Amino acid sequence: MKQPSVELKLPIIPNMELIATQTAEVIARHMHLTEDQAGEISMALIEACINAFEHSKAENNVFIHFLIEEDSLVVKVIDQGIGFDKTKVEIPKIENKIGKDERKRGWGLQLIQELMDSVEFESNSEGTTVTMKKNITK
Amino acid sequence: MSDFIKSTKESNQIVIIETDGYLNNEGGEAISAICYEKMKAGQNKFLINMAATKVVNSIGVSILIEIIEKLQEVDGKIGYYNLAPIVSKTFNIMGLTKYSTVFATEEEAVSGL
Repeated sequence: MKQPSVELKLPIIPNMELIATQTAEVIARHMHLTEDQAGEISMALIEACINAFEHSKAENNVFIHFLIEEDSLVVKVIDQGIGFDKTKVEIPKIENKIGKDERKRGWGLQLIQELMDSVEFESNSEGTTVTMKKNITK
Repeated sequence: MSDFIKSTKESNQIVIIETDGYLNNEGGEAISAICYEKMKAGQNKFLINMAATKVVNSIGVSILIEIIEKLQEVDGKIGYYNLAPIVSKTFNIMGLTKYSTVFATEEEAVSGL
């Protein structure tokens, strides 16, 4: 049987990422994930959505696909924006931000990578797909 | 006052801010507005009760980094208590716990800050 999936289409409006997290919470309960696992998925999802909303310069919608697998949850965040080069994104460190004239933001990718078990970025001038996977340990 | 700010009070010369809801850019700015106003009045110790803030984003938390930076200029401190596990983990990843303190309870926070 094909594994179940859930798909969302979010307009680029402030705080729409919370719709994605509410869906993630329902899926997490369905999959009997722990509170920590559910929180990590929601936080990573928020950051991926914000990146898609703010940095992609996408004008239409952002698409979220949840793929419920036997031993993992895969979440894809897809935008049709301008794309980005991950190699040019610096790893943020608070020591480099406090007391210096550097912007305090720029933590999204770091958080996503720390909170999920694997993360893949596919990006070109027609859009970006972030694929995040959380392995299920029962 | 912003809907995000549930209450403010003072205890032991510490300003305690209770938040309610999503800590995003607007929530962060609501906290910073109170902190900067109180700092102008001479206060330099702040605690944030985040019991009703279960969801944050990195933009809102980045505003807390700005507050930490401003507090360093006046030898001040900021701490947080009643954090959801994912909020605590986010603060750790972003390094806030190197420059500010997470407490379990208000009692521990007021005596420990």
